[in-house]
Amino acid sequence: MELTLWTYEGPPHIGAMRIASSMKGVHYVLHAPQGDTYADLLFTMIERRGERPPVTYTTFQARDLGGDTAELVKGHIKEAVDRFKPQALLVGESCTAELIQDQPGSLAKGMGLNLPVISLELPAYSKKENWGASETFYQLVRSLLTDSEKKSTDHSTNKWKKEGRRPRVNLLGPSLLGFRCRDDVLEIQKILAAHGIDINVIAPLGASPADIIRIEKADANICLYPEVAESTCLWLERKLGIPFSKTVPIGITATQEFLKEVHEILEIDSGNYSESFTNSRLPWYSKSVDSNYLTGKRVFIFGDGTHALAAAKIAKNELGFEVVGIGTYSREMARKVRAAAKDFGLEALITNSYLEVEEAIKNSAPELVLGTQMERHSAKRLGIPCAVISTPMHVQDVPARYSPQMGWEGANVIFDDWVHPLMMGLEEHLIGMFRHDFEFTDGHQSHLGHLGGLKENKSSQPREELTDSSKELCWTPEGEAELSKIPFFVRGKVRKNTEKYAEEIGCKQIDSETLFDAKAYFNSKK
Amino acid sequence: MSGATLLKETGPREVFCGLTSIVWLHRRMPDAFFLVVGSRTCAHLIQSAAGVMIFAEPRFGTAILEERDLAGLADAHDELNRVVKDLLDRRPEIRTLFLVGSCPSEVIKIDLLRVAEKLNNELRGKVTVINYSGSGIETTFTQGEDGALKALVPLMQTTNKEQLLIVGTLANAVEDRLIKIFGKFGIENIHSFPPRNSTNLPSIGLGTKVLLTQPYLTETSRELKDRGAEILQTSFPLGVEGSRKWMETAAKAFHVPQSTVDATLEPLIARAQKALAPFIEQLKGKKLFLLPESQLEIPLARFLHNECGMDLIEVGTPYLNREMMKQELDLLPIGTQVVEGQHVEKQLDRVRESSPDLVVCGMGLANPLEAEGISTKWSIEMVFSPIHGIDQAADLAELFARPLHRKNILSQKKPQTT
Ligand code: SF4
Repeated sequence: MELTLWTYEGPPHIGAMRIASSMKGVHYVLHAPQGDTYADLLFTMIERRGERPPVTYTTFQARDLGGDTAELVKGHIKEAVDRFKPQALLVGESCTAELIQDQPGSLAKGMGLNLPVISLELPAYSKKENWGASETFYQLVRSLLTDSEKKSTDHSTNKWKKEGRRPRVNLLGPSLLGFRCRDDVLEIQKILAAHGIDINVIAPLGASPADIIRIEKADANICLYPEVAESTCLWLERKLGIPFSKTVPIGITATQEFLKEVHEILEIDSGNYSESFTNSRLPWYSKSVDSNYLTGKRVFIFGDGTHALAAAKIAKNELGFEVVGIGTYSREMARKVRAAAKDFGLEALITNSYLEVEEAIKNSAPELVLGTQMERHSAKRLGIPCAVISTPMHVQDVPARYSPQMGWEGANVIFDDWVHPLMMGLEEHLIGMFRHDFEFTDGHQSHLGHLGGLKENKSSQPREELTDSSKELCWTPEGEAELSKIPFFVRGKVRKNTEKYAEEIGCKQIDSETLFDAKAYFNSKK
Repeated sequence: MSGATLLKETGPREVFCGLTSIVWLHRRMPDAFFLVVGSRTCAHLIQSAAGVMIFAEPRFGTAILEERDLAGLADAHDELNRVVKDLLDRRPEIRTLFLVGSCPSEVIKIDLLRVAEKLNNELRGKVTVINYSGSGIETTFTQGEDGALKALVPLMQTTNKEQLLIVGTLANAVEDRLIKIFGKFGIENIHSFPPRNSTNLPSIGLGTKVLLTQPYLTETSRELKDRGAEILQTSFPLGVEGSRKWMETAAKAFHVPQSTVDATLEPLIARAQKALAPFIEQLKGKKLFLLPESQLEIPLARFLHNECGMDLIEVGTPYLNREMMKQELDLLPIGTQVVEGQHVEKQLDRVRESSPDLVVCGMGLANPLEAEGISTKWSIEMVFSPIHGIDQAADLAELFARPLHRKNILSQKKPQTT
């Protein structure tokens, strides 16, 4: 039993709903009690969809449990098929139905329905949403392709040359309630088209069961979101010999690497990606003189595996930040994130508890947090700027304008989204400098007043949290006073470094001397 | 004789379960914590219904059952014990802990009553632990509040003093206002249930006269009756008419002279009617379809028809307690179609066929209907907004007029959706 106040991921059947709702002509019968219908609002309110998710809930009640719930399930399946006339049917159960073991999938298969029926088993007490999405997509693709007779294992990636056509690929993984998938797909399509590569099928987003059957016509697969599509890509590689690209094209370097990888897989020769410098402003903006102040900014990163990994690379290599913390709630991606953290000399935080994440943010004293909506709230409480880089989705993460994360335009969006909160930070610094001027004396606040910079006295109070975590270390009032003279945007870093230094030399009381010693010590190490 | 035609329907439903009530109950009693014993689905439901949490430490949470909890019940009880103690260690400000049952905990038969009793023995009054079920296999949406209040009744002391007990969660400001008006009647001994502090429970007994603010408190009122209270049968305090009847019923029970009642209420009514007028203008003759969710549908329909002139196409309700709803049903126009239960697909067919001007529905259905060009109002707003009493009648009407008004402003064709 795990005490949970808030969770990054829903149960696995929500993942299945994401696949069903992303597609056309698919219906999902979910054996579940009435309260589980709340899930519709994730799609109709957060994603602002104008259609109901294609889901029929059996909404069984306590009084049904004594009787024949199997008949009830069959009744709902029949009605759903008659009413919605899907081309493929997903049948599964949520947490409660899993306990009563009606086996709705087998029931459906035994009904002699004239359409493909995919039975989903998604263990609700051990797995979560992304796993459920991945498993559902995999089961659906496998089942539809296995049913379709033509199985070709004689796949060759340069077939397009022999056939005298342009190479074509599938984009796999984009789904509803996935971070900026809608726009990523457009961006990647655009980029591939510019390189003479056609799109065969995009799935699950917008695909029908008939499209899924066409998947095998592609020369290669693009695994855009490993959380959702990796297991499917692996199966397609094993079963049909279709290779897939593993680089997720978020950031300039990653997009270049992605293009290189796709060219290699497809055996295309021309490998010039200098368009990155004309099609994206990130490289120049990052190089321009006013970006100097971005150098060495301490950044803490938390999100799903894919976006956290991408963010870390961009932060370090493309914006010149210092990554001071990285973590993910995606257990499936824990290995990769741990490896990346090691490269930064860090230990990855793998957790589903937002309070642990908040604690980690506090302890690493970052100047920018890149996280989920929950980290945005935590960062706000801590007075640190934040940009959202990952699901779980919030209505704000589905902007009206085109704003991908992937490709050249994605890099532009990322530059703006990450740097603007810091700009505000700098403005705040100026306000902070002038705060003793009469305009500011009577609590006059800028529109940025909700950020932490103005709350000077907060940092001069004894910080119990820190003393807790750094055992017995404490700042003398005189040390605190000296610290408060340091501009706020480097103060976190100086505090952290000084405490580290104090610990190393075994000093318990930090005064101004310790602070200056520490400064000299770290400067000499540069 | 009832004015309504009562029908029943079964099929797939689209309603919240009782856990959802926690979203407003935890705000009413800030010293209480609601611990759902359930699955990740339950946790996800509450956080989705409540929106992204902005609290560092919310006053509700879920003890999520895991594979190994399903294997052995004895261990599950111990586990829950452990989780509760961890929680109470971290949150010493908690005075009352509600253990809230869910579908999974009911199906695997976790005995929350036993766990609560054991914890109460160990905690010796420092924290009171009680339990109720908000499971979707037994409860709908607002019924969760009924369950929570019912669980509190046994903790109430007995008194035989004459008092008026207002039962059902109200917005604090509205509650203050209503109490003030009763004060003008000369009714002084007034208490509210649930209280604003979980430890501040009112007493109950033979002298207690109960006035229900919400129509979904079936079990709670039964329980209160068993403790000797008299449940005053009346309409619910929505709109001028309903609120007036509601207050008059109390006045009668406390032998307040009619002249005092009139003198107090007439000015309020006159003012409310003036405030209502512009909204009546917008609502009059408009067709209304209420999908079942909050249990407030019948009193709302009565208000929107009788006072605002809307035409009622269909009034859905998740379940119907005829005895409790009798007065309300009588006030509905003859032949009003009241449908208990739901077949969401068939009901939506009827919505489309009748092309209503406004549909009251759950959050999952609103945007799809809007995309079809049908204006909607979320029923969950009714349980969050201060809508009770004569003074609030215009605000209540405005909630329904706003979507119509908006549609007029945005005089565009059916929007393209993604
Ligand atoms: S319907 Fe049951 S399983 Fe679903 S959220 Fe409500 S209590 Fe939990």
